[in-house]
Amino acid sequence: MKITNINFIGNRNIALIFSAVLSIIAIASLAVRGLEMGIDFTGGTLIEVGYQQPADLTELRNTLNTEGFSDATVQNFGTTKDVLIRLKPHEGVSSVDLSNKVLEAVNKTTKEPAIVHRVEFVGPQVGDDLAEDGFLALLYSAIGILIYVAWRFEWKFSVGAIIATFHDVIITLGLFSVLGLEFDLTVLAAILALIGYSLNDTIVIYDRIREDFRHLRNKTTEEIMNSAINVTLSRTIITSLTVFLALVSLFFLGGQVIHNFSIALLFGVVFGTYSSIFIASPAVLLLGISAEDLMVPLKEGGELMDDRP
Amino acid sequence: MQNRFPLWKNLLVLIVFLLGIIYALPNLYGDDPSVQVSSTRPTKLAQEQANQIESAIKTAGFAVKDFEFNDGLVLARLNSADDQLKVADLLRDQLGDDYNVALNLAPTTPTWLRSLGAEAMYLGLDLRGGVHFLLEVDMDAAVKQAEDRYNDDVRLALRTEKMRYQSVSKDNGFIKVKLNSADDKPALLTLLAKDFRTLDVTEPSEQEQVWLKLSEKEVRDIKKFAVAQNMTTLRNRVNELGVAEPVIQQQGENRIVVQLPGVQDTTRAKEILGTTATLEYRLVDTEHDVQNAVEGHVPVGSRLYYDRKGSPILLDRRVIVTGDQIVDASSGVDQDGRPSVNISLNGVGAAKMGKLTQANVGKPMAVVFIEYKVETKSVNGQKVRHKQKVEKVINVATIQGVFSHRFQTTGLDSPQEARNLSLLLRAGALAAPVDIVEERTVGPSLGQDNINKGMLSFMVGFALVAVFMVLYYRLCGIFANIALVFNVFIILAVLSMLQATLTLPGIAGIILTVGMSVDANVLIFERIKEEIRNGNTPQSAIYVGFEKAFATILDSNITTLLVAVMLFGFGTGSVKGFAVTLMIGIVSSMFTAITGTRMIMNWIYGNRRVEKLSI
Repeated sequence: MKITNINFIGNRNIALIFSAVLSIIAIASLAVRGLEMGIDFTGGTLIEVGYQQPADLTELRNTLNTEGFSDATVQNFGTTKDVLIRLKPHEGVSSVDLSNKVLEAVNKTTKEPAIVHRVEFVGPQVGDDLAEDGFLALLYSAIGILIYVAWRFEWKFSVGAIIATFHDVIITLGLFSVLGLEFDLTVLAAILALIGYSLNDTIVIYDRIREDFRHLRNKTTEEIMNSAINVTLSRTIITSLTVFLALVSLFFLGGQVIHNFSIALLFGVVFGTYSSIFIASPAVLLLGISAEDLMVPLKEGGELMDDRP
Repeated sequence: MQNRFPLWKNLLVLIVFLLGIIYALPNLYGDDPSVQVSSTRPTKLAQEQANQIESAIKTAGFAVKDFEFNDGLVLARLNSADDQLKVADLLRDQLGDDYNVALNLAPTTPTWLRSLGAEAMYLGLDLRGGVHFLLEVDMDAAVKQAEDRYNDDVRLALRTEKMRYQSVSKDNGFIKVKLNSADDKPALLTLLAKDFRTLDVTEPSEQEQVWLKLSEKEVRDIKKFAVAQNMTTLRNRVNELGVAEPVIQQQGENRIVVQLPGVQDTTRAKEILGTTATLEYRLVDTEHDVQNAVEGHVPVGSRLYYDRKGSPILLDRRVIVTGDQIVDASSGVDQDGRPSVNISLNGVGAAKMGKLTQANVGKPMAVVFIEYKVETKSVNGQKVRHKQKVEKVINVATIQGVFSHRFQTTGLDSPQEARNLSLLLRAGALAAPVDIVEERTVGPSLGQDNINKGMLSFMVGFALVAVFMVLYYRLCGIFANIALVFNVFIILAVLSMLQATLTLPGIAGIILTVGMSVDANVLIFERIKEEIRNGNTPQSAIYVGFEKAFATILDSNITTLLVAVMLFGFGTGSVKGFAVTLMIGIVSSMFTAITGTRMIMNWIYGNRRVEKLSI
């Protein structure tokens, strides 16, 4: 790949408007529609069964209805023979009885007994705890990043990195909200992995900006940023591509259980790459970065104390 | 400009690579479906019993792949999962209660690897199939039970001390004692200071009253004990289920995780975990003939019981103390160094025990263990739940003197038997109720399916990345790919050495790492290309490229590591597995991509004239 010379910084407003619009749509959807929370967070019961023949969902729904499970949602899972049944938390009924009763109902709709692939029951309290832990993990990651980047670079960079990273998180959550995809523990793990990835991408560019700030002292901040982004562009794209390739394989071959996890990461990698290029540096620029912020302090005797990388 | 590694650095890389291969290797060998037999009695299985088990399997016509007997544990490796179930059923029928027959997947790691301590990773429930329960101990109930107990104890103490009182009652977390007159108060306070140190005393304005409250330390102890006791009970129950590698762990303050790999029948698992047990102390009837009773002539005032070896024994019909009066039981040694069990009773139990032992020194006393098991059976196609009461005499000891609150049982065969008895006593003691708050069951077919899908997507993902690297970076791409293979081996080796649990998200983590770990190489190669464009010679481009990329790689990887650590800290179960693989992957990729690739490039390009790099 040849070294490009695209004026990313000069045209930053296009990207900023695009991102603002997407973020607003995402936040609006999150506010209005919310997320389709999985039972990991809401509590409830999930049963995955495999029929010997393609399952008759309508019949199963009717049977469950007459058995008193009118709140059950029934859908195919991967193939027409596999069925996923979701139930809200039932007050006063033990998890044991609940799953047994549902299985009895399932077996009424078929001659050969269905095979139970998976039963998950999460109590409402556990759901709340998992949601709280997930939120805390996000929060502490953000604080950790702020501190580390501020220490290694400068506070404006750490704010820029947080803006770029959470931009990706909000848009990915927005996608899950708009498409009504289920948000469960594995998706939360994907979101955190995405934070790590997006940050990684951003740091590489920041690192180059810092280096150039110190070496190319006669250039403007905008010029330095542009050249840093352009010089690292091939690396940014190649790495995104290899991660993308690995995820594509996971998406198509990894099975239903890991499907939403792959979607979150695939989408996140695209936006993580985009935000590292288009958002992270302009954000630092808008915060008023200058070459002095990254100057290495002078030692006595005028020697450069370049112990910072 | 030197592109040479010193010898030690080359050796280091090669040794790490070799270790990586050795410790990752066990994962490539599969498992044998096998049946594991151990003793439920304190004594271990002997060679003779092992031989009997072996011949029992062979007589029934099953092909045994390998039969191992090691440290009192029998392991029969079989050819198929079908045989495994049949053999387990056969052994359960033939061997009876003294044996624990469990299904197991025994790794087929060769002996030379095992002798190096190399073992395969542990497969998580989502890959292996099995049940995961999260149980919550009802702490409020445990504390309330303790308050009830103290309430009774205080009342009893007042009566024994002949102190006249109006009432002893529970009110708003307090135990309120109302005396007849304020004159008795000093005596009461002395009594409390002597026998009820675990209670905080408040003196309200009413002169004749004293209010008591469980001290904070006591409440903490009660809670700790409630969890410990439930875990003990669960361990006993799980043994009955025949699970080879159960996990029973405390999580947080009041939750217990129970993982039963390979268990499919969750209904039965839940029934067994929910079994309630209690126990009774009774005097042994030494006046009548046991043999007569066995033949049907049980004397009035006595009942016929059997001990764990199946021998009959006659006990008094009246119960001395029941399990809910036992406060604690622990095993230890007595003054003479013999194994013993120390038992503490609450006030009510102690009073009864004191009265009885006074009149019966020198007579034998027995402990009866009673379990109520719920079993679901099919009767005429209808599922019927029925409660079954199982009673067994677990210990007989002679009363040596008068005792009440605390006493000791000695005359046990071994420290192990002492421990077992104390476990059973605690299991039968009053336990705080538990609820199942989370359940995750994965069927065996889904587990295998997940492994297959995980493997396939790993292979394809790896191939895609590797092909891309070669197409884009030519020879250097091949170097990066060698480092990538090396990286995967190290991840597997470290996971195996940690005996970590591999889950489906864990596999996803490895795949993601494969995609991300070439990043370090991409950074280096792009830097080298840049240096060449700037007019550097290939040799110095390699040198400077590695040098300059290093700081960037370090910064970007540490931030990712930071997030992975957060994920590990707050994640649960399978998400933790994902975080672990991610963390190991990040660290090992830095080593392989920087040092490993550099070593290969030094070998190929170092110390000679290079016109052009294949990059």
